[in-house]
Amino acid sequence: MTDMPLKHFPRPTPETEAFWEGCRKQELLLQRCVDCSEFQFYPRISCTTCSGDKLEWVKAGGQGSVRTFTIVRRAVSEAYAADVPYVVALIRLDEGPTMMSNVVQCDPETLQIGDPVQVVFEDWSEEISIPQFRPV
Amino acid sequence: MESIRGQVAIVGAADTEVGKVPQYGATALCVEAARRALDDAGITKDQIDGLVTCNSMAEPHMYHAEAIAEYLQIFPRYCVSAAAGGGTTFSVLHQAAMAIASGACDTVLISMADSLRSGLSREQAMTIQSSTGHPQFEIPYGATVPAYYALIANAHMNTYGTTPEQLAAVAVGARAHAALNGNAQMRDIISVDDVLNSRMIADPLHLLDCSLVSDGGAAVILTSADRASDFPHQPVYVLGAGEGHGHEHISQAQSLTTSAAVESGRRAFGMAGLGPGDIDVAEIYDCFTPVVLIELEDLGFCEKGEAGAFVEAGETALDGLLPMNTHGGLLSHCHPGNPGSMFALTEVVTQLRHDAGARQVKDAEVALAHAQGGIMSSHATLILGREANA
Repeated sequence: MTDMPLKHFPRPTPETEAFWEGCRKQELLLQRCVDCSEFQFYPRISCTTCSGDKLEWVKAGGQGSVRTFTIVRRAVSEAYAADVPYVVALIRLDEGPTMMSNVVQCDPETLQIGDPVQVVFEDWSEEISIPQFRPV
Repeated sequence: MESIRGQVAIVGAADTEVGKVPQYGATALCVEAARRALDDAGITKDQIDGLVTCNSMAEPHMYHAEAIAEYLQIFPRYCVSAAAGGGTTFSVLHQAAMAIASGACDTVLISMADSLRSGLSREQAMTIQSSTGHPQFEIPYGATVPAYYALIANAHMNTYGTTPEQLAAVAVGARAHAALNGNAQMRDIISVDDVLNSRMIADPLHLLDCSLVSDGGAAVILTSADRASDFPHQPVYVLGAGEGHGHEHISQAQSLTTSAAVESGRRAFGMAGLGPGDIDVAEIYDCFTPVVLIELEDLGFCEKGEAGAFVEAGETALDGLLPMNTHGGLLSHCHPGNPGSMFALTEVVTQLRHDAGARQVKDAEVALAHAQGGIMSSHATLILGREANA
């Protein structure tokens, strides 16, 4: 065991448990409304388009593009300091929704808005794997 | 309900010392700001029947406004604390003005303060502020508050060709005004090169693109327009107020380059019956330099994508088309967190009283103050003037 401070672990809630269970199995799951067919992220108990409550989980393709990004030079806390410089980005998934993530396995200095990316998962614990993206 | 245009006035305003003020805790700073505003208005605490505060990060209270009322030993009939800052400050002022206009109370004290510099460690301040992110879907990725704003800066640069030099010009302009303000925390003139050569925090934002970390408090006193002339100073009337609320988390924003300032500005100008061309002085929320450019565009002072050139050309200097952030703003005057927008408001009062000395905008009659909170999330715009029927 080390005394390294821990990163901020997500704590699943009833409406997000299925999402995190998917990540644990290396699957990016999105909600789709049964009534209006719209995808949404983050997970909710109701559809952001029609307010319906019939939502199904669909495995996303995992592809998207960089909508915007930054290179973090000063970490938010000691737990992230070893990762500096790291990329925080907004990824527009091909299904439509946007999610925040890291772009990894890349040279941050050459990353561009619009670059295509593919989901990868970083295992943080037995229960939590974090969806990140790498350039295609 | 009819418009509150011209029905409510600010009749007292004051700041505490700002910057590093270790001799006061956050609660004491809030009380000190209140005492100074009461003194400015020439009234006693017993004439206050409404109290608005915001919570503090350094000394939080579950019932903050009640705690301040208790500390002062006042017993208001309208008592509310805002949980957040930025646009929320002007939202609660809007609500307090409606409370006065409806007769729910007569005289409202709004006092806000915090001690981010002396009351928290640098790491504590960063962690608390970055908790504005989504706990499951944003915070794990390690974004700082500057990083969240860097996301919109990069999007604006990519869409409109905004340059790092144009972002820097916002910081340079703020510092030039702060140099004329003896109360400002940072008063040494800086150049565009100084900004570009300062440490990169989150690309494209350098250290000097980011606002300060400060202690400080400010307070104002509001009352009905028909009582305003009973007070010693020139009243400052609320002519327009409007809000726009787009999202909380930046990853959920519908647009990264256009904000709900479009709605808040349209509603405020609509109530006031005025337009951008009528504004003599503007206080534009400047937690980070790109925020100013987006707000100038969304409020209608510039076309989309043109605010960078507008600032770079000097149009927001004291002798420009739109003198802006005349006290030095959050970038150079002070930024104690939640109370930040209050200093823009007290600066508007100072300008419209024609008491601003070396930084006075000549013959200023009408001012606009805009604030946003979250990450471009919650927007509120106020329009204020020297005449109730401007």
